[in-house]
Amino acid sequence: MLGLFDFIGVWILRFLEESGRVMILFLKTVHFIFRPPLDTRNLLKQIEYVGVKSIPVVLITGGFTGMVLALQSYTGFKRFNAEAFVGTVVALSMTRELGPVLSGLMVSGRVGSAMAAELGTMQVTEQIDALYTLAINPIKYLVVPRFLATLIVMPILTAFADVLGILGGYLISVLLLGSNPTIYLRRTYDYLDLEDIYFGLLKACIFGMIIATIGCYQGINTRGGAEGVGKATTNAVVISSLLILVANYFVTALLF
Amino acid sequence: MMEETKGPNGKVCRTHNEPMIVIKEVHKSFGENRVLRGVTLEVKCGETMVVIGGSGTGKSVLLKWIIGLLRHDRGEIYVDGQGISHLKEKEWNALLSKFGMVFQRDALFDSITIWENVGFGLRQHTHLTDEEIKAIAIEKLKLVGLENVEDRMPAEISGGMRKRVSLARAIAMEPAIILYDEPTTGLDPIMANVINDLMVRMREKLDVTSIVITHDMESAYHIADHIAMLYRGEIIEAGTPEQIKNSSNEIVRQFIHGEVEGPITKGADFGQEHLTSHRR
Repeated sequence: MLGLFDFIGVWILRFLEESGRVMILFLKTVHFIFRPPLDTRNLLKQIEYVGVKSIPVVLITGGFTGMVLALQSYTGFKRFNAEAFVGTVVALSMTRELGPVLSGLMVSGRVGSAMAAELGTMQVTEQIDALYTLAINPIKYLVVPRFLATLIVMPILTAFADVLGILGGYLISVLLLGSNPTIYLRRTYDYLDLEDIYFGLLKACIFGMIIATIGCYQGINTRGGAEGVGKATTNAVVISSLLILVANYFVTALLF
Repeated sequence: MMEETKGPNGKVCRTHNEPMIVIKEVHKSFGENRVLRGVTLEVKCGETMVVIGGSGTGKSVLLKWIIGLLRHDRGEIYVDGQGISHLKEKEWNALLSKFGMVFQRDALFDSITIWENVGFGLRQHTHLTDEEIKAIAIEKLKLVGLENVEDRMPAEISGGMRKRVSLARAIAMEPAIILYDEPTTGLDPIMANVINDLMVRMREKLDVTSIVITHDMESAYHIADHIAMLYRGEIIEAGTPEQIKNSSNEIVRQFIHGEVEGPITKGADFGQEHLTSHRR
Protein backbone atom coordinates (compact mmCIF):
# COMPACT_ATOMS: atom_id res chain seq x y z
CA MET A 1 0.00 0.00 0.00
CA LEU A 2 2.81 2.33 0.95
CA GLY A 3 4.51 1.47 -2.32
CA LEU A 4 1.59 2.90 -4.22
CA PHE A 5 1.77 6.23 -2.39
CA ASP A 6 5.51 6.23 -2.92
CA PHE A 7 5.04 5.70 -6.63
CA ILE A 8 2.40 8.42 -6.97
CA GLY A 9 4.45 10.79 -4.84
CA VAL A 10 7.61 10.31 -6.89
CA TRP A 11 5.63 10.74 -10.09
CA ILE A 12 4.03 13.97 -8.93
CA LEU A 13 7.35 15.41 -7.75
CA ARG A 14 9.03 14.51 -11.02
CA PHE A 15 6.15 16.03 -12.97
CA LEU A 16 6.37 19.27 -11.02
CA GLU A 17 10.14 19.41 -11.40
CA GLU A 18 9.96 18.88 -15.16
CA SER A 19 7.17 21.43 -15.55
CA GLY A 20 9.24 23.91 -13.60
CA ARG A 21 12.24 23.38 -15.83
CA VAL A 22 10.16 23.72 -18.99
CA MET A 23 8.72 26.96 -17.63
CA ILE A 24 12.21 28.25 -16.87
CA LEU A 25 13.31 27.51 -20.42
CA PHE A 26 10.22 29.29 -21.72
CA LEU A 27 10.88 32.38 -19.62
CA LYS A 28 14.57 32.46 -20.52
CA THR A 29 13.65 32.18 -24.19
CA VAL A 30 11.24 35.10 -23.95
CA HIS A 31 13.93 37.09 -22.13
CA PHE A 32 16.48 36.46 -24.85
CA ILE A 33 14.03 37.39 -27.60
CA PHE A 34 14.10 40.92 -26.30
CA ARG A 35 17.84 41.06 -25.90
CA PRO A 36 19.54 42.36 -29.03
CA PRO A 37 20.93 41.52 -31.47
CA LEU A 38 18.34 39.48 -33.28
CA ASP A 39 19.85 36.66 -35.33
CA THR A 40 17.86 37.26 -38.51
CA ARG A 41 19.88 34.80 -40.56
CA ASN A 42 18.97 31.89 -38.31
CA LEU A 43 15.41 33.10 -37.86
CA LEU A 44 14.79 33.13 -41.60
CA LYS A 45 16.35 29.70 -41.92
CA GLN A 46 13.99 28.37 -39.30
CA ILE A 47 10.97 30.11 -40.80
CA GLU A 48 11.73 28.38 -44.06
CA TYR A 49 12.09 25.00 -42.39
CA VAL A 50 9.18 25.23 -39.97
CA GLY A 51 6.86 27.23 -42.19
CA VAL A 52 7.48 26.89 -45.87
CA LYS A 53 8.22 23.18 -45.71
CA SER A 54 5.13 22.50 -43.60
CA ILE A 55 2.75 24.05 -46.12
CA PRO A 56 1.98 20.89 -48.11
CA VAL A 57 1.24 18.93 -44.93
CA VAL A 58 -1.07 21.61 -43.62
CA LEU A 59 -2.87 22.08 -46.92
CA ILE A 60 -3.65 18.38 -47.17
CA THR A 61 -4.73 18.23 -43.53
CA GLY A 62 -6.99 21.26 -43.86
CA GLY A 63 -8.46 20.22 -47.19
CA PHE A 64 -9.40 16.70 -46.23
CA THR A 65 -10.68 17.72 -42.82
CA GLY A 66 -13.01 20.25 -44.42
CA MET A 67 -14.17 17.61 -46.86
CA VAL A 68 -14.99 14.99 -44.25
CA LEU A 69 -16.60 17.63 -42.05
CA ALA A 70 -18.93 18.57 -44.90
CA LEU A 71 -19.76 14.94 -45.54
CA GLN A 72 -20.53 14.14 -41.93
CA SER A 73 -22.48 17.26 -41.13
CA TYR A 74 -24.55 16.93 -44.28
CA THR A 75 -25.61 13.42 -43.26
CA GLY A 76 -26.53 14.63 -39.81
CA PHE A 77 -28.27 17.86 -40.80
CA LYS A 78 -30.24 16.24 -43.55
CA ARG A 79 -32.23 14.45 -40.88
CA PHE A 80 -33.84 17.70 -39.87
CA ASN A 81 -33.63 19.55 -43.17
CA ALA A 82 -30.79 21.81 -42.20
CA GLU A 83 -28.38 20.86 -45.00
CA ALA A 84 -28.03 24.52 -45.86
CA PHE A 85 -26.01 25.05 -42.74
CA VAL A 86 -23.17 22.72 -43.68
CA GLY A 87 -21.17 25.71 -44.85
CA THR A 88 -21.54 27.39 -41.49
CA VAL A 89 -20.49 24.31 -39.58
CA VAL A 90 -17.42 23.75 -41.73
CA ALA A 91 -16.33 27.37 -41.45
CA LEU A 92 -16.83 27.66 -37.71
CA SER A 93 -15.28 24.27 -36.95
CA MET A 94 -12.22 24.92 -39.09
CA THR A 95 -11.48 28.44 -37.87
CA ARG A 96 -12.27 27.96 -34.21
CA GLU A 97 -11.04 24.45 -33.64
CA LEU A 98 -9.81 22.10 -36.30
CA GLY A 99 -7.59 24.52 -38.19
CA PRO A 100 -5.41 25.46 -35.23
CA VAL A 101 -5.51 22.08 -33.47
CA LEU A 102 -4.83 19.83 -36.43
CA SER A 103 -2.18 22.17 -37.82
CA GLY A 104 -0.63 22.20 -34.35
CA LEU A 105 -0.57 18.43 -34.17
CA MET A 106 0.91 18.03 -37.66
CA VAL A 107 3.56 20.67 -37.03
CA SER A 108 4.31 19.10 -33.66
CA GLY A 109 4.94 15.79 -35.33
CA ARG A 110 7.04 17.26 -38.07
CA VAL A 111 8.86 20.13 -36.44
CA GLY A 112 8.78 19.31 -32.75
CA SER A 113 10.44 15.98 -33.36
CA ALA A 114 13.04 17.55 -35.64
CA MET A 115 13.94 20.15 -33.03
CA ALA A 116 14.30 17.49 -30.35
CA ALA A 117 16.38 15.27 -32.63
CA GLU A 118 18.66 18.04 -33.82
CA LEU A 119 19.27 19.61 -30.42
CA GLY A 120 19.47 16.19 -28.80
CA THR A 121 22.18 15.08 -31.19
CA MET A 122 24.04 18.32 -30.57
CA GLN A 123 23.78 17.72 -26.84
CA VAL A 124 25.17 14.18 -26.90
CA THR A 125 28.04 15.16 -29.21
CA GLU A 126 29.00 18.07 -26.91
CA GLN A 127 28.18 20.70 -29.53
CA ILE A 128 26.03 22.57 -27.03
CA ASP A 129 28.93 22.52 -24.55
CA ALA A 130 31.13 23.85 -27.36
CA LEU A 131 28.72 26.76 -27.93
CA TYR A 132 28.95 27.58 -24.26
CA THR A 133 32.75 27.58 -24.31
CA LEU A 134 32.65 30.05 -27.20
CA ALA A 135 30.65 32.34 -24.90
CA ILE A 136 27.51 31.83 -26.96
CA ASN A 137 24.34 31.25 -25.01
CA PRO A 138 22.73 28.09 -26.44
CA ILE A 139 19.24 29.37 -25.66
CA LYS A 140 19.82 32.59 -27.56
CA TYR A 141 21.47 30.87 -30.48
CA LEU A 142 19.40 27.69 -30.79
CA VAL A 143 16.07 28.11 -29.05
CA VAL A 144 15.10 31.71 -29.81
CA PRO A 145 15.11 31.38 -33.62
CA ARG A 146 13.08 28.17 -33.45
CA PHE A 147 10.64 29.63 -30.95
CA LEU A 148 10.09 32.83 -32.89
CA ALA A 149 9.82 31.00 -36.20
CA THR A 150 7.15 28.62 -34.89
CA LEU A 151 5.29 31.49 -33.22
CA ILE A 152 5.21 33.49 -36.47
CA VAL A 153 4.50 30.60 -38.76
CA MET A 154 1.73 28.72 -36.91
CA PRO A 155 -1.03 31.32 -37.44
CA ILE A 156 -0.08 31.57 -41.12
CA LEU A 157 -0.22 27.81 -41.55
CA THR A 158 -3.52 27.72 -39.68
CA ALA A 159 -4.92 30.33 -42.03
CA PHE A 160 -3.94 28.12 -44.94
CA ALA A 161 -5.62 25.16 -43.25
CA ASP A 162 -8.79 27.20 -42.64
CA VAL A 163 -9.01 28.31 -46.24
CA LEU A 164 -8.39 24.84 -47.60
CA GLY A 165 -10.92 23.41 -45.16
CA ILE A 166 -13.65 25.77 -46.27
CA LEU A 167 -12.72 25.13 -49.87
CA GLY A 168 -12.79 21.38 -49.30
CA GLY A 169 -16.17 21.63 -47.66
CA TYR A 170 -17.42 23.71 -50.57
CA LEU A 171 -16.22 21.21 -53.13
CA ILE A 172 -17.84 18.27 -51.38
CA SER A 173 -21.09 20.08 -50.72
CA VAL A 174 -21.49 21.53 -54.17
CA LEU A 175 -19.93 18.88 -56.39
CA LEU A 176 -20.77 15.73 -54.48
CA LEU A 177 -23.78 16.50 -52.40
CA GLY A 178 -25.49 18.90 -54.76
CA SER A 179 -25.81 21.92 -52.53
CA ASN A 180 -26.41 25.35 -53.96
CA PRO A 181 -23.02 27.08 -54.17
CA THR A 182 -24.43 30.52 -53.51
CA ILE A 183 -26.23 29.39 -50.41
CA TYR A 184 -23.15 27.52 -49.16
CA LEU A 185 -20.94 30.56 -49.51
CA ARG A 186 -23.60 32.87 -48.10
CA ARG A 187 -24.01 30.73 -45.02
CA THR A 188 -20.24 30.60 -44.60
CA TYR A 189 -19.96 34.37 -44.81
CA ASP A 190 -23.00 35.33 -42.75
CA TYR A 191 -22.30 33.29 -39.69
CA LEU A 192 -18.52 33.59 -39.54
CA ASP A 193 -17.31 36.37 -37.26
CA LEU A 194 -13.85 37.86 -37.44
CA GLU A 195 -13.48 36.83 -33.82
CA ASP A 196 -13.78 33.19 -34.79
CA ILE A 197 -10.83 33.61 -37.11
CA TYR A 198 -8.72 35.75 -34.76
CA PHE A 199 -9.12 33.54 -31.76
CA GLY A 200 -8.28 30.54 -33.86
CA LEU A 201 -5.07 32.23 -34.94
CA LEU A 202 -4.31 33.19 -31.37
CA LYS A 203 -4.69 29.56 -30.37
CA ALA A 204 -2.29 28.68 -33.16
CA CYS A 205 0.30 31.06 -31.70
CA ILE A 206 0.00 29.43 -28.31
CA PHE A 207 0.34 25.98 -29.84
CA GLY A 208 3.42 27.18 -31.72
CA MET A 209 5.05 28.26 -28.48
CA ILE A 210 4.25 24.89 -26.92
CA ILE A 211 5.74 22.97 -29.84
CA ALA A 212 8.99 24.94 -29.86
CA THR A 213 9.45 24.99 -26.10
CA ILE A 214 8.81 21.28 -25.60
CA GLY A 215 10.83 20.29 -28.68
CA CYS A 216 13.85 22.34 -27.65
CA TYR A 217 13.54 21.33 -24.00
CA GLN A 218 13.57 17.62 -24.84
CA GLY A 219 16.53 18.14 -27.17
CA ILE A 220 18.68 20.14 -24.78
CA ASN A 221 18.03 17.73 -21.92
CA THR A 222 18.86 14.58 -23.87
CA ARG A 223 21.14 12.17 -22.08
CA GLY A 224 22.57 8.89 -23.18
CA GLY A 225 23.51 8.67 -26.84
CA ALA A 226 21.33 7.38 -29.66
CA GLU A 227 18.72 5.88 -27.38
CA GLY A 228 18.45 9.18 -25.57
CA VAL A 229 17.89 11.07 -28.80
CA GLY A 230 15.18 8.60 -29.79
CA LYS A 231 13.44 9.02 -26.46
CA ALA A 232 13.71 12.79 -26.66
CA THR A 233 12.14 12.83 -30.11
CA THR A 234 9.23 10.63 -29.07
CA ASN A 235 8.66 12.59 -25.88
CA ALA A 236 8.71 15.87 -27.76
CA VAL A 237 5.90 14.79 -30.06
CA VAL A 238 3.78 13.06 -27.45
CA ILE A 239 4.10 15.73 -24.78
CA SER A 240 3.55 18.69 -27.07
CA SER A 241 0.57 16.97 -28.73
CA LEU A 242 -1.01 16.29 -25.36
CA LEU A 243 -0.28 19.79 -24.16
CA ILE A 244 -1.86 21.22 -27.30
CA LEU A 245 -5.06 19.29 -26.63
CA VAL A 246 -5.12 20.25 -22.96
CA ALA A 247 -4.28 23.89 -23.60
CA ASN A 248 -6.89 23.91 -26.35
CA TYR A 249 -9.62 23.29 -23.82
CA PHE A 250 -8.51 26.00 -21.42
CA VAL A 251 -7.85 28.60 -24.07
CA THR A 252 -11.19 27.91 -25.72
CA ALA A 253 -12.99 28.18 -22.40
CA LEU A 254 -11.28 31.50 -21.76
CA LEU A 255 -11.76 33.03 -25.17
CA PHE A 256 -15.09 31.87 -26.45
CA MET B 1 33.82 43.38 -24.77
CA MET B 2 36.81 41.09 -24.45
CA GLU B 3 39.37 41.72 -21.74
CA GLU B 4 42.87 42.34 -23.04
CA THR B 5 45.13 39.64 -21.70
CA LYS B 6 48.25 40.48 -23.64
CA GLY B 7 51.04 42.16 -21.74
CA PRO B 8 53.12 45.17 -22.88
CA ASN B 9 55.59 43.00 -24.84
CA GLY B 10 52.75 41.41 -26.78
CA LYS B 11 53.03 38.13 -24.92
CA VAL B 12 50.09 36.77 -22.99
CA CYS B 13 51.96 35.93 -19.81
CA ARG B 14 53.60 38.76 -17.98
CA THR B 15 56.08 36.50 -16.24
CA HIS B 16 56.30 32.78 -16.66
CA ASN B 17 56.20 31.89 -13.03
CA GLU B 18 52.96 33.55 -12.13
CA PRO B 19 50.12 31.18 -11.40
CA MET B 20 47.51 31.43 -14.12
CA ILE B 21 44.99 29.00 -12.70
CA VAL B 22 44.75 28.13 -9.03
CA ILE B 23 42.35 25.44 -7.90
CA LYS B 24 41.83 24.99 -4.18
CA GLU B 25 40.05 22.15 -2.43
CA VAL B 26 37.34 21.63 -5.00
CA HIS B 27 34.57 19.17 -4.35
CA LYS B 28 31.98 18.06 -6.86
CA SER B 29 29.33 15.39 -6.44
CA PHE B 30 26.64 14.09 -8.71
CA GLY B 31 24.01 12.89 -6.28
CA GLU B 32 25.63 10.15 -4.24
CA ASN B 33 28.69 9.99 -6.48
CA ARG B 34 31.55 12.10 -5.12
CA VAL B 35 33.63 12.70 -8.20
CA LEU B 36 36.03 15.40 -7.00
CA ARG B 37 37.07 15.21 -3.37
CA GLY B 38 39.24 18.17 -2.63
CA VAL B 39 41.29 18.80 -5.76
CA THR B 40 44.11 21.30 -5.38
CA LEU B 41 46.17 22.27 -8.39
CA GLU B 42 48.20 25.21 -9.64
CA VAL B 43 49.00 25.90 -13.28
CA LYS B 44 51.65 28.50 -14.06
CA CYS B 45 51.33 30.99 -16.86
CA GLY B 46 52.55 29.64 -20.19
CA GLU B 47 52.97 26.09 -19.02
CA THR B 48 51.32 22.88 -20.12
CA MET B 49 49.81 20.93 -17.24
CA VAL B 50 48.77 17.39 -18.03
CA VAL B 51 46.30 15.69 -15.73
CA ILE B 52 46.39 11.92 -16.00
CA GLY B 53 44.14 9.32 -14.49
CA GLY B 54 42.06 6.31 -15.34
CA SER B 55 38.64 6.40 -16.96
CA GLY B 56 35.95 7.65 -14.67
CA THR B 57 38.27 9.30 -12.17
CA GLY B 58 36.82 12.74 -12.73
CA LYS B 59 39.23 14.19 -15.30
CA SER B 60 36.51 15.38 -17.67
CA VAL B 61 34.50 16.69 -14.76
CA LEU B 62 37.50 18.73 -13.63
CA LEU B 63 38.03 20.24 -17.04
CA LYS B 64 34.37 21.03 -17.66
CA TRP B 65 34.16 22.53 -14.25
CA ILE B 66 37.16 24.80 -14.83
CA ILE B 67 35.51 26.31 -17.86
CA GLY B 68 32.23 26.63 -16.03
CA LEU B 69 30.19 23.98 -17.76
CA LEU B 70 29.60 22.57 -14.30
CA ARG B 71 29.31 24.32 -10.98
CA HIS B 72 31.32 22.99 -8.06
CA ASP B 73 29.94 22.26 -4.64
CA ARG B 74 32.84 23.56 -2.60
CA GLY B 75 36.24 25.15 -3.19
CA GLU B 76 37.79 28.12 -4.94
CA ILE B 77 39.22 28.73 -8.34
CA TYR B 78 41.25 31.73 -9.48
CA VAL B 79 41.96 32.52 -13.10
CA ASP B 80 44.66 35.11 -13.73
CA GLY B 81 44.26 36.32 -10.18
CA GLN B 82 40.50 36.67 -10.37
CA GLY B 83 38.15 34.54 -8.25
CA ILE B 84 35.45 33.12 -10.48
CA SER B 85 32.93 31.53 -8.18
CA HIS B 86 30.54 34.43 -7.99
CA LEU B 87 30.66 36.10 -11.36
CA LYS B 88 27.71 37.71 -13.10
CA GLU B 89 26.88 36.70 -16.64
CA LYS B 90 28.67 39.59 -18.37
CA GLU B 91 31.82 39.05 -16.30
CA TRP B 92 31.59 35.33 -16.96
CA ASN B 93 31.38 35.86 -20.73
CA ALA B 94 34.43 38.13 -20.57
CA LEU B 95 36.24 35.37 -18.69
CA LEU B 96 35.18 32.74 -21.21
CA SER B 97 36.94 34.71 -23.93
CA LYS B 98 40.22 33.81 -22.20
CA PHE B 99 39.51 30.12 -22.74
CA GLY B 100 39.51 27.84 -25.72
CA MET B 101 38.48 24.21 -25.45
CA VAL B 102 39.17 21.18 -27.60
CA PHE B 103 36.59 18.49 -26.96
CA GLN B 104 37.17 14.75 -26.94
CA ARG B 105 34.85 14.15 -29.86
CA ASP B 106 35.64 17.39 -31.64
CA ALA B 107 32.14 18.80 -31.14
CA LEU B 108 32.24 20.57 -34.49
CA PHE B 109 28.94 22.04 -35.64
CA ASP B 110 27.96 19.63 -38.35
CA SER B 111 25.50 21.76 -40.25
CA ILE B 112 28.03 24.48 -41.22
CA THR B 113 31.28 24.52 -43.17
CA ILE B 114 34.79 24.23 -41.71
CA TRP B 115 35.57 27.94 -41.99
CA GLU B 116 32.22 28.80 -40.40
CA ASN B 117 33.11 26.45 -37.56
CA VAL B 118 36.52 28.02 -37.02
CA GLY B 119 35.16 31.55 -37.28
CA PHE B 120 32.07 30.85 -35.23
CA GLY B 121 33.14 32.82 -32.18
CA LEU B 122 34.27 35.71 -34.35
CA ARG B 123 30.92 35.84 -36.11
CA GLN B 124 29.02 36.01 -32.86
CA HIS B 125 31.24 38.41 -30.95
CA THR B 126 32.76 40.76 -33.52
CA HIS B 127 31.52 42.94 -36.34
CA LEU B 128 33.92 41.55 -38.92
CA THR B 129 32.54 40.73 -42.35
CA ASP B 130 32.25 37.17 -43.58
CA GLU B 131 35.24 37.69 -45.89
CA GLU B 132 37.42 38.89 -43.04
CA ILE B 133 36.32 36.00 -40.83
CA LYS B 134 36.98 33.47 -43.57
CA ALA B 135 40.48 34.93 -44.02
CA ILE B 136 41.21 34.58 -40.31
CA ALA B 137 39.81 31.04 -40.35
CA ILE B 138 42.07 30.08 -43.25
CA GLU B 139 45.05 31.51 -41.36
CA LYS B 140 44.22 29.52 -38.21
CA LEU B 141 43.68 26.37 -40.27
CA LYS B 142 47.14 26.88 -41.78
CA LEU B 143 48.56 27.10 -38.27
CA VAL B 144 47.25 23.62 -37.57
CA GLY B 145 48.50 22.30 -40.88
CA LEU B 146 45.26 22.27 -42.86
CA GLU B 147 44.80 23.85 -46.26
CA ASN B 148 41.96 23.90 -48.79
CA VAL B 149 39.41 22.41 -46.39
CA GLU B 150 37.62 25.58 -45.41
CA ASP B 151 34.61 25.04 -47.66
CA ARG B 152 34.09 21.38 -46.76
CA MET B 153 31.63 20.09 -44.17
CA PRO B 154 32.82 18.37 -40.97
CA ALA B 155 31.40 15.02 -42.07
CA GLU B 156 33.58 15.07 -45.18
CA ILE B 157 36.95 15.12 -43.42
CA SER B 158 38.85 12.53 -41.41
CA GLY B 159 39.02 12.26 -37.61
CA GLY B 160 42.53 13.65 -37.42
CA MET B 161 41.56 16.62 -39.57
CA ARG B 162 38.46 17.24 -37.49
CA LYS B 163 40.58 17.29 -34.34
CA ARG B 164 42.82 19.92 -35.92
CA VAL B 165 39.82 21.99 -37.01
CA SER B 166 38.60 21.77 -33.43
CA LEU B 167 41.95 23.19 -32.30
CA ALA B 168 41.79 25.93 -34.93
CA ARG B 169 38.35 26.88 -33.63
CA ALA B 170 39.66 26.96 -30.06
CA ILE B 171 42.48 29.36 -30.96
CA ALA B 172 40.50 31.56 -33.35
CA MET B 173 39.67 34.04 -30.60
CA GLU B 174 43.30 34.01 -29.39
CA PRO B 175 42.63 32.69 -25.89
CA ALA B 176 45.12 32.79 -23.06
CA ILE B 177 44.23 29.30 -21.84
CA ILE B 178 43.48 26.19 -23.88
CA LEU B 179 41.84 23.14 -22.36
CA TYR B 180 42.24 19.79 -24.12
CA ASP B 181 39.94 16.85 -23.33
CA GLU B 182 41.77 13.67 -24.38
CA PRO B 183 43.22 15.19 -27.55
CA THR B 184 44.93 12.08 -28.87
CA THR B 185 42.27 9.50 -28.01
CA GLY B 186 41.06 7.63 -31.06
CA LEU B 187 43.84 8.82 -33.35
CA ASP B 188 46.43 6.66 -35.06
CA PRO B 189 50.03 6.96 -33.74
CA ILE B 190 51.15 9.32 -36.49
CA MET B 191 48.17 11.63 -36.12
CA ALA B 192 48.55 11.52 -32.34
CA ASN B 193 52.10 12.83 -32.68
CA VAL B 194 50.94 15.49 -35.12
CA ILE B 195 48.55 16.69 -32.42
CA ASN B 196 51.26 16.47 -29.77
CA ASP B 197 53.55 18.62 -31.89
CA LEU B 198 50.72 21.08 -32.46
CA MET B 199 50.09 21.42 -28.75
CA VAL B 200 53.76 22.18 -28.17
CA ARG B 201 53.73 24.65 -31.05
CA MET B 202 50.69 26.43 -29.59
CA ARG B 203 52.57 26.99 -26.39
CA GLU B 204 55.63 28.30 -28.18
CA LYS B 205 53.95 30.42 -30.82
CA LEU B 206 50.91 31.71 -28.95
CA ASP B 207 52.30 31.64 -25.42
CA VAL B 208 49.19 29.94 -24.11
CA THR B 209 48.68 28.13 -20.85
CA SER B 210 47.36 24.64 -21.46
CA ILE B 211 45.61 22.04 -19.36
CA VAL B 212 45.46 18.65 -21.00
CA ILE B 213 43.64 15.63 -19.64
CA THR B 214 44.67 12.34 -21.10
CA HIS B 215 45.57 8.80 -20.37
CA ASP B 216 48.05 8.65 -23.25
CA MET B 217 51.33 8.62 -21.32
CA GLU B 218 53.54 9.09 -24.38
CA SER B 219 51.61 12.21 -25.25
CA ALA B 220 51.89 13.38 -21.66
CA TYR B 221 55.68 13.02 -21.53
CA HIS B 222 56.01 14.73 -24.89
CA ILE B 223 54.01 17.84 -24.15
CA ALA B 224 53.95 18.38 -20.40
CA ASP B 225 55.81 20.85 -18.24
CA HIS B 226 54.09 19.31 -15.25
CA ILE B 227 52.02 16.18 -14.79
CA ALA B 228 49.43 15.64 -12.06
CA MET B 229 47.66 12.36 -11.40
CA LEU B 230 44.01 12.31 -10.46
CA TYR B 231 42.93 9.23 -8.54
CA ARG B 232 39.57 8.80 -6.85
CA GLY B 233 38.83 12.49 -7.01
CA GLU B 234 42.12 13.74 -5.57
CA ILE B 235 45.48 14.78 -6.97
CA ILE B 236 47.78 12.17 -5.49
CA GLU B 237 50.99 13.36 -7.13
CA ALA B 238 52.22 16.25 -9.22
CA GLY B 239 55.62 17.02 -10.70
CA THR B 240 57.74 17.24 -13.80
CA PRO B 241 57.60 14.35 -16.27
CA GLU B 242 60.92 13.11 -14.87
CA GLN B 243 59.60 13.17 -11.32
CA ILE B 244 56.46 11.29 -12.32
CA LYS B 245 58.46 8.68 -14.25
CA ASN B 246 60.51 8.05 -11.14
CA SER B 247 57.63 8.25 -8.70
CA SER B 248 57.67 5.98 -5.69
CA ASN B 249 53.87 6.09 -5.40
CA GLU B 250 52.54 2.60 -6.17
CA ILE B 251 49.34 3.88 -7.72
CA VAL B 252 51.19 6.25 -10.03
CA ARG B 253 53.64 3.53 -11.02
CA GLN B 254 50.87 1.06 -11.83
CA PHE B 255 49.10 3.61 -14.00
CA ILE B 256 52.04 4.95 -15.96
CA HIS B 257 53.40 1.47 -16.66
CA GLY B 258 49.95 0.14 -17.53
CA GLU B 259 50.16 -2.84 -15.21
CA VAL B 260 46.97 -4.86 -15.02
CA GLU B 261 47.56 -5.89 -11.43
CA GLY B 262 48.20 -3.43 -8.68
CA PRO B 263 46.56 -1.20 -6.09
CA ILE B 264 44.25 0.51 -8.61
CA THR B 265 42.72 -2.74 -9.80
CA LYS B 266 42.90 -4.68 -6.54
CA GLY B 267 39.82 -6.84 -6.26
CA ALA B 268 38.63 -6.08 -9.77
CA ASP B 269 37.89 -9.10 -11.92
CA PHE B 270 38.71 -8.64 -15.58
CA GLY B 271 37.92 -12.22 -16.42
CA GLN B 272 41.52 -13.41 -16.95
CA GLU B 273 40.99 -16.61 -15.01
CA HIS B 274 37.90 -17.39 -16.99
CA LEU B 275 39.86 -16.87 -20.21
CA THR B 276 42.78 -19.08 -19.21
CA SER B 277 40.56 -21.96 -18.10
CA HIS B 278 38.75 -21.75 -21.45
CA ARG B 279 42.00 -22.15 -23.38
CA ARG B 280 42.71 -25.41 -21.59
